[in-house]
Amino acid sequence: MHWLVRPENIRKLWIGFIAILVLTVLAEFFVESHPHFGIDALPAFNAWFGFIGCVILVFGSKLLGMWLKRPDDYYDKQ
Amino acid sequence: MTSSDMMLHPGLLLIAGGILLAFVRGSARSALAVLVPAIALFFVWQVGDGIFGRVGFLDYQLEFVRGDRLARVFATIFTLMALVGGVFALKQESRIEVPAAFVYAGSAVGAVFAGDLVTLFLFWELMAVGSTLVIWAGGASARAASMRYLMVHLFGGVILMAGITGHVASGGGLAFEAMKADSLSHWLILIGFLINAGAPPFSAWLPDAYPEASWSGTVFLSAFTTKTAVYVLLRGFPGTEILIPIGLYMVFYGIVYAILENDMRRILAYSIINQVGFMVTGIGIGTEMALNGAAAHAFAHIIYKALLLMSAGAVLYRTGKRKCTDLGGLFQSMPLTTICGTIGALAISAFPLTSGFTTKSMISQSAANEHMMFVWLLLAAASAGVFLHAGIKFPWFVFFQKDSGMRPKDPPASMGWAMIVFSAFCIGLGCYPDPLYAILPYPVDYHPYTGAHVVSQLQLLLFSGLAFFLLLNYLKRTLTITLDLDWFYRVLGPGVALGLAEGVASGLAAFGRGAVDVFGSIRTVIFRHYGPSGVLARTWLSGQMVLWVAILLLMYLVLFYVPD
Repeated sequence: MHWLVRPENIRKLWIGFIAILVLTVLAEFFVESHPHFGIDALPAFNAWFGFIGCVILVFGSKLLGMWLKRPDDYYDKQ
Repeated sequence: MTSSDMMLHPGLLLIAGGILLAFVRGSARSALAVLVPAIALFFVWQVGDGIFGRVGFLDYQLEFVRGDRLARVFATIFTLMALVGGVFALKQESRIEVPAAFVYAGSAVGAVFAGDLVTLFLFWELMAVGSTLVIWAGGASARAASMRYLMVHLFGGVILMAGITGHVASGGGLAFEAMKADSLSHWLILIGFLINAGAPPFSAWLPDAYPEASWSGTVFLSAFTTKTAVYVLLRGFPGTEILIPIGLYMVFYGIVYAILENDMRRILAYSIINQVGFMVTGIGIGTEMALNGAAAHAFAHIIYKALLLMSAGAVLYRTGKRKCTDLGGLFQSMPLTTICGTIGALAISAFPLTSGFTTKSMISQSAANEHMMFVWLLLAAASAGVFLHAGIKFPWFVFFQKDSGMRPKDPPASMGWAMIVFSAFCIGLGCYPDPLYAILPYPVDYHPYTGAHVVSQLQLLLFSGLAFFLLLNYLKRTLTITLDLDWFYRVLGPGVALGLAEGVASGLAAFGRGAVDVFGSIRTVIFRHYGPSGVLARTWLSGQMVLWVAILLLMYLVLFYVPD
C-alpha cells in the first residue's frame, strides 16, 4: 500500500491540515488589513465565508441535481 | 499594404501553416507543428501600433490589421497556446485535428487584429469552421456534438451579422470601436459576442461539444472561442453594466454544474464558463483595473485550463476512461501528470504563487474599489467555489480518491514536456507577474502580494478545502448528467418538430382524402354534362343545331327591335 493512503498517515495529514487552518486564522493578527465594506473586517471573515459558501454551493447543487439529474445515457436514448 | 507595414500577418501564417500541415507526414509534420506557431508568435510582436493592410471593399475601407496593446496580449497567448498545444498533440494520429486547430487559432488571431467589423466577422466564422473540424476529428461519437456546436455558432454568427449590418446602415461606420448597448443593432452584436462566450441561455454548447473531442483536441478548444469573445467584449462593450449579472450567473452556473458532473473533462468544460464569467464581470465593472484584470485573467486562464485539460488528456490517452467513477489512484503510476494537473488546479483556484492569484484578484479588487459589495461578496464565494469544483474535485477524483486498480504510465515525452512548460508558466506568472502586467492594455498599479491578500486568500481556499473533505459523502460521483437549457433544442425542439411533422403529415393525408372526395364529386358533375354522353358534349343532330341557331337569331332580332 502506498504510504499516502495508509490510515495512520491519513490521520497525520488531517492533523497537519487542521494545524495549517488554525495558523491561517492566527496569521490575520500579524498583517495589516484594509477592509472595504465592514463585513470583511469581522474576525476570520474569509475562513467562515469560504466555508459557508461552499456548504451552500454543495447543498444547493444537490437540490438542483434532484430535479435535473438524469442517467448519463439519457440523450443516447432520445 | 505598404512595404513597411508588416511582413506577415501572424493569423494568416497560422492558417496557411495549418493547411500545409494537412499534407505532410512524419518528422516534417512535427517540425512544422512547432515552427509555424513559433514564427507566428514572433510576427505578433512585429505588429506595431496603428492600422495596416487597408483594403477597399464596396464603398468601405477594411482595416485588416489593427495593432495595439489589447490586440497583442490576446494574439500572444493565442499563438503561445497553438505552440504548446502543437507540442502536446505531436502524437495525435488524426490528420485533420491539428491542421484544423491551427486554422482555428489563426482565425482567432485574425479576429483579434481585425480593425473593422467585416474582417472580424470573416475570421469569426472561420473560427467556427476550424473548431467544428477539431471536434469532428474526435471520432464517430463526436460527430453529432460537432453538428450541434456548429448550429449554435452559425446562429450566433447570423445574429452578429444582423447587428453589424444595422450598425453600418445607421451610419455607425465599419470600424470596430467601443459601443454602448443603446440600439437594437448594438444589442444584436452584444448577443452575438455573448453566445461565443458561453453566456446564458447559450452555455450548454460548450460542455456538450468540447469534451467530445480527442485527448488533444479539447486542449485547443478550451482556448480560443470563449477568449476571443472576451476580447471583443473588452474592445466593444467595456463598462456595460448588464455584463456584471451575466458574468456572475456564468460564474455560479459553472460551479453548480461542475459539482454535479461525473465526466472529468466536462467538469473542466463547465469551469471554463465559470472562469469566463469572472472576466465578463470584470468587463462589466469597466474600470482600467477591471479591464486589465479581465485581460490578464484570460491570459493566465488559457494556460492553466490548457494544462488541466492536458493532464486529463494524458489520463484519457493512457486509460481510455473519462468518468470519475472509473478513475482514481492514478497518482501512484502517473506522478508527472498528477503534479502538473495539481499545479493547474492550484492556479485556477488562485493559490498564492500561482498565476490565478496575480490575475483574477485584480477583478475582485476593482469591485472593492468601486464599492460594489454584493459583486465583491459573490466573487469571493465564487473563488471558494472554484477551489471546490476544479481545485480539489478534479485532481481528487482523477488522481486520488479510491484506488481504481489501474496503473497507467505517464504519457509520452512530447505530452509531458507540454505540461511541464505550462506548469512553469503557471508558477512563473504567479511569482513574477511583471512581464504580463507590462503588456496589459492599461498601466498597472497593483501589488498582489500584500500580507492581507495572501492571508485572506489562504483562509478562503483552505477552509473551502475543509468543506470539501467534510462533505465528501455528498460529493460522491454518480453515473449521471445534469439537464441544461440545451434540453430545449435537443429533446423538446425535435419532439415538437416531430409531433408537428406527424400532425402535418396526417393532416395532409386527411386533406388529401377530403380533396379526393370533393374533386370526385365535382368530377361526377362535370362528367354528367361534358362526358361522352353528357348534354354539352354529345354529338348533336344537324337538324337540332339548325333549330337552335334559328332560335338564337330570332331572339337577336327581337332584342334588336324591342328598345325602339
